[in-house]
Amino acid sequence: MIEITDLQKSYGNLEVLRGINLTVRRGEVISIIGASGSGKSTLLYCVNGLETIQGGKIEVDGIDVHARGTDLNKLRQRLGMVFQQWNAFPHLTALENVALAPRIVRGLSKADSRAVAEKQLVHVGLGDKLEVYPSKLSGGQQQRLAIARALAMEPDYMLFDEATSALDPELVGEVLDTIRLLAEEGMTMIVVTHEMGFARDVSDKVAYFDEGQVEEIGPPDQIFGAPHSEKTKRFLAKVR
Amino acid sequence: MGSGGVQFFFEFTERDLLILAEGAKLTLIISSLAIVGGTILGGLFGWLLSIGGRVGAITLGWVLDIFRSVPPIVQLVLFVNFFPIIGFPLDAAEAGTLVLMMYCSALVAQVARAGIEAVPKTTRWAGRSLGMSYWQDLRYVVLPIGLRAVLPSWTGVALGVLKDSALVSVLKAGELMQVSQEMITRTQQPFLILGIAGLFYFALSFPIARLTEHLERRWQHD
Ligand SMILES: Nc1ncnc2c1ncn2[C@@H]1O[C@H](COP(=O)(O)OP(=O)(O)OP(=O)(O)O)[C@@H](O)[C@H]1O
Ligand SMILES: [Mg+2]
Repeated sequence: MIEITDLQKSYGNLEVLRGINLTVRRGEVISIIGASGSGKSTLLYCVNGLETIQGGKIEVDGIDVHARGTDLNKLRQRLGMVFQQWNAFPHLTALENVALAPRIVRGLSKADSRAVAEKQLVHVGLGDKLEVYPSKLSGGQQQRLAIARALAMEPDYMLFDEATSALDPELVGEVLDTIRLLAEEGMTMIVVTHEMGFARDVSDKVAYFDEGQVEEIGPPDQIFGAPHSEKTKRFLAKVR
Repeated sequence: MGSGGVQFFFEFTERDLLILAEGAKLTLIISSLAIVGGTILGGLFGWLLSIGGRVGAITLGWVLDIFRSVPPIVQLVLFVNFFPIIGFPLDAAEAGTLVLMMYCSALVAQVARAGIEAVPKTTRWAGRSLGMSYWQDLRYVVLPIGLRAVLPSWTGVALGVLKDSALVSVLKAGELMQVSQEMITRTQQPFLILGIAGLFYFALSFPIARLTEHLERRWQHD
């Protein structure tokens, strides 16, 4: 379970997250929607400790992410993350991209790490691209590579930060299908997205972010069908 | 070489060629040490600059700027007189090597910093998000990506340092350039001797150029 309590995050004077409360139970898929700059990416960075926080608390299975003694390197192995920007390691083939962390972080042998990598690349539909360098992959393939790379650490949670926002429209579907596949397999996920139809399909809950606060959270039918908040209504009217 | 040239050669013996080769050997030693040492130090300085923020830029950055912008020949003359004062009586070759090494490290520091900064923050975060430690991220993500980005700049620095090693001749270190100059005074054959010296410099720079070419070919995936 990921439990976020009264989370505060600022960059200098800019308050980006202003008292976020959010709980993600095992097996749940929570989508986060909201305008650009509302703090969605920042929240994910805070959840796996890439950014420091100024107040509140984030616990992952009872471990306080930002406590002094927390071994972040160990904790992050359980929190897979896929970023908005494509960031495959350009100097490594697809297989090496995925095999690297299992080998140097999990300590698997070279052969085992490659086996794990191949399995995950097949999983995301890149079984025929093992020896290809990222520069030869489309954006959609690069994002699926990033998903495979995260999965190879066998995480308990996956955090997706607008994995499709930098993609050409025709490539969005293949990435969403991969995320949907993970949802069907029971992966616990926080999915930041601006694909409203996808969020409606795949989520157990949808949270609408507005200026660093959770304006409204509820089942997809509530958020997309009958939102309680005027702000949510206005946002959805704009993006549809 | 044509037979008509023979008469110009009579003062230039095989022994002289050996002397030039000796000079070239010293040039090779001085510049290799300066380049290898300067690259290691410069890599370290570049990393410090990249994490040092404003404090690093003011302190280390400032010192390196001095080494970078004062002409190496001025540094050489200053330092060869300076080392004995602080109780390190170095010979000319040693002093020249040290000065060139510092000069090289100041240039490489900027190159290394640029290489580190060429790696996007989210690429590094991707490594960290997989559970890599800071050092693993540096070793397996930043180093290979940064190296590829700045290899041409580094090559330029290395070749420059090799050529600047000729300046060590002002210290009478006995390296290639000084040996050549003395021989010219003696034999009055500037073109021949400088031609040979030039060939030696070319031969010395050849491995650097080849290394770069080799790495670039290995790293080229397109
Ligand atoms: N490193 C940083 N330094 C200063 N300000 C930052 C930094 N990162 C983000 N911000 C600011 O924090 C706010 C929230 O940014 P964030 O990237 O979390 O928004 P977002 O909801 O993910 O937006 P988008 O949909 O455009 O990705 C923005 O105003 C942004 O400019
Ligand atoms: Mg974002």
